[in-house]
Amino acid sequence: MRNIGLLVMRELGGYLRRPSGYYIAAVLLLLDGLLFNAFAIGDERQVSSEVLRIFFYFGGAVTMIGGVLFSMRLLAEERAAGTDVLLFTSPIREGEIVVGKYLATLLFMSLVTLCSLYLPALILLNGKVSGGHIAAGYIGMILLGATTLALGALASSLTKNPFLAVVLTGAIVVLLELCYPLSQTVDPPFRELLGYLALHTSHFTPFQNGLVQLSDLVFFGGVIYFSLLAATKVLESQRWR
Amino acid sequence: MISVDKVSKFYGRSAAVEGLDFTIEEGECIGFLGLNGAGKTTTLRLLSCLSLPTSGRITIGGFDAEESPHEIRKLIGYLPDTPPLYPEMRVAEFLRFAGQLRRMSRGEVAKRLPEVLERAGLVEVQDQTIETLSHGYKQRVGIAQAIIHRPALLILDEPIQGLDPVQIIEMRELIRGLRGEHTILLSSHILSEVERTCDRLLMLREGRIVGMGSEEELLSQLSARASADKGARVSHLVKVEVRGAEDAVRAALAIDGLEIVELTASRGVTFAQVRAAEDPRGAIARRVVEADLELLTLARTSSSLEDAFVQMSGEDA
Repeated sequence: MRNIGLLVMRELGGYLRRPSGYYIAAVLLLLDGLLFNAFAIGDERQVSSEVLRIFFYFGGAVTMIGGVLFSMRLLAEERAAGTDVLLFTSPIREGEIVVGKYLATLLFMSLVTLCSLYLPALILLNGKVSGGHIAAGYIGMILLGATTLALGALASSLTKNPFLAVVLTGAIVVLLELCYPLSQTVDPPFRELLGYLALHTSHFTPFQNGLVQLSDLVFFGGVIYFSLLAATKVLESQRWR
Repeated sequence: MISVDKVSKFYGRSAAVEGLDFTIEEGECIGFLGLNGAGKTTTLRLLSCLSLPTSGRITIGGFDAEESPHEIRKLIGYLPDTPPLYPEMRVAEFLRFAGQLRRMSRGEVAKRLPEVLERAGLVEVQDQTIETLSHGYKQRVGIAQAIIHRPALLILDEPIQGLDPVQIIEMRELIRGLRGEHTILLSSHILSEVERTCDRLLMLREGRIVGMGSEEELLSQLSARASADKGARVSHLVKVEVRGAEDAVRAALAIDGLEIVELTASRGVTFAQVRAAEDPRGAIARRVVEADLELLTLARTSSSLEDAFVQMSGEDA
């Protein structure tokens, strides 16, 4: 835990001092604002909960984009800069390195996500929405981002090129999301199986509607756990290469 | 301290190092010499547990590199050829982080930090961000992070690479100052640096050890090879400075097995550079004195070992 805490603090310091984190944060918040303006508010009059639902729909997608972009700052950048040597020659386990860097990035990404809270606040000012709906939506957005980021950690462990890590993560996420439309074209049991893999469509929709379901929590938790475990195993296997 | 037993490392079908077999005692300073691609970095990466051997066994401080890498990492400080630095961190902050990463408490780091900053010559730049430092200072920070936790084994891969002459002298002094506190493994393709800093040298060529021992021992090994192979070049290069005429000095240096490489005279002093399979200094001194000449300088040149290095690095195995 001590090593993880140490890495989290260092990584967070890195995010706050280097411009790359701010650039990504700016892009994500700009996207949030534009999409909110274009789709959630729109031209037609809508009930507040519907506006909030649409905001979360696009907000979830933006958080996924954030997860993909932040994946470059996970392990690939460390390897590209050669600073991984400092970590791998220190008495710190590969799992601690993966979790430490992942948690720091997740914390920063969650802060960026929470910066969009002013948008639901605007809805609250002009209409009536429940705090529970807002909380469920943000829990969902952070979980969606955390899952994308965990997949990014796995992709990032496979290459030392940060750009390639982003492309790989994006490809994995798009592929999983495409499973949903694909599932509509096949018969059971493949329909359920493929549909189950879509991060946003299958597992984020309940959060978007203000519903926190255990099955979705288990799904996101499972993907995060196995992705980080796989990333750790990839790092451990480097010694054999 | 270190035992390397028949270690090989293959990348695909190509051997980066093969059949490495040596031991290193505690407190020794060992120089790994070899041309680029000779296997120095691979050897140091194996010793720092960054990679595992394809075959063979490495034990450091009684721990097996394959079974207990975590224990070995507690014992080592490592400076790779490119220092592993976070550019946005300040020097002192980075060293605190490096110390805590090596299991030091905050108190221990706070106590140790001034000493390390002083020793590495970083006191003046301790509050600067690393990205603003010159290459020489970055290299110093690299060494400082490697020694902050007082490791038993210090591994330095090409520590003088890219430094200017002044920085090289400063770095040499810094490394010399660390002898006695750590077992030091140092790699370089610049022979004079290793020769000046280390107790023992280990020469690598195409992933294999071609020579191992002190400077004297390496020269003897090469002499033995030169004797065995008459076509081989001799290994001892000596410079001689004598007050006397050029002809008289040439006559005095007419010794069996001695080759005069260069002979020039200026203002009554003759300078010569000679080569021989065996150390010729004793014979030269005797002959010069017998010839009633004044011997001003008689010394092996730094390129004696360089000669050995080039031959051992370049000759057919």
